[in-house]
Amino acid sequence: MPKIKLPTKSPRVDMTPMVDTFAVILTFLMLTATMRQTEPANVATPFSISEKPTPDFNNMTFLIAPDGKVFLNMDNGPDTLYKFRRKILEEMGKRYSIEFTERELREFEKYPSSMGIPILKMKEFLAGKNMKERDPFQIGIPTDSTDNQLAMWILCARQVNPAINASIKGDSETPFPAVKKVLDNLQDKKINRFMLVTSLEATKINLEEIQQ
Amino acid sequence: MAEIIQEEKGKGGKKKAKKHPPHIDMTPMVDLMCLLITFFMLTTAFAKAKVMEIVLPEKIENQQEQNSPTVAKSRNVNIILGPDNRLFWYPGAVEPSDYNNNVFPPLVELDYSATGVRQLLLDKNKTLARKIAEFQDKILKGELVLSQDSIAGSIRKLKSDDDTGPFVQIKAYKEATYGNFVDILDEMNICGIGRYMFVDIAWYEEKMVELATGKTTLASTK
Repeated sequence: MPKIKLPTKSPRVDMTPMVDTFAVILTFLMLTATMRQTEPANVATPFSISEKPTPDFNNMTFLIAPDGKVFLNMDNGPDTLYKFRRKILEEMGKRYSIEFTERELREFEKYPSSMGIPILKMKEFLAGKNMKERDPFQIGIPTDSTDNQLAMWILCARQVNPAINASIKGDSETPFPAVKKVLDNLQDKKINRFMLVTSLEATKINLEEIQQ
Repeated sequence: MAEIIQEEKGKGGKKKAKKHPPHIDMTPMVDLMCLLITFFMLTTAFAKAKVMEIVLPEKIENQQEQNSPTVAKSRNVNIILGPDNRLFWYPGAVEPSDYNNNVFPPLVELDYSATGVRQLLLDKNKTLARKIAEFQDKILKGELVLSQDSIAGSIRKLKSDDDTGPFVQIKAYKEATYGNFVDILDEMNICGIGRYMFVDIAWYEEKMVELATGKTTLASTK
């Protein structure tokens, strides 16, 4: 009988396929990732059955915190060449006779999240180096009738980008008058179509319920 | 990919073919990738937020030009968002001059559940709801093949052609929350209400809410 020789194998596992899969997943995630932005206020949006996704551009979002503070976020337009945000800030600067430097404009253009800063504090805010330095300025956009900066933001945004849409993101617990104030401001500027940002509700309505 | 075959060069005829090419230890790389994947998975916002469209009636600046549309009072449904997530409704319309001493008709309390406001709206909106359901049934069964856009368009057409459904007016008391507002609009979409709009609350309606919630016991206080 011939001797059966077992080949001496190293106990090492070949990790090549695993690395390959990981690389693929990683590339996919990196390419599709849209970073979750940290908002200045924590907002739990109400639920609805609407399935329409939020638009990617031509959109300004009013974030209304439960304490009634209003924050605003806009996008840069369908193409990075449009640079809508910087133009809007320039326009705002003109109205309040504030001269923004190139660096400040660039900083504003890049800022990824909503902001609620009185325009007079904008320079200080943009000079801040990190979140910690900037956060104290996030006190909400003034909306009272004597100094209605929110209306001015809407006006400038519409001037720079006439196709801009308004969407409202509020917390379920936000008192309605705070929302109404924003709606009124928008309606004063002849914007009557809004989008309310909601989360998709898991419950499904069955046909029988409707038919009865 | 991960194997590097080393060839020994030169040194005369002393060539030794290696049986097992040396492996590169990939464990640190795998560790790193695991970490990155976890990071990206956690920070990626996969579920995009959804939006609900709403059109508010235009503000009328010139009061003289304002002529309110004539709607049969029987079709009118007034829904009032009250404080503490409470919900009220009353049918028809209230003319404050018809009631002496500000004693207004009482409000009927509802809730946001499927048996509350949805039941009421579906009852009022039977014909239209059935039409929409039949239409969607046809699509589901494949009798009608339409694109997503024309489905939405057809439903919109059904809604605007309808002349039996209720005319819902939504009003918010000052203590209502934004969540209530979204809930009630959502309810309109679920029940397929063709005509609804959001209007400002009138002073007598505020009184009615206060009376219903027990904020003022006597309505006679002016």
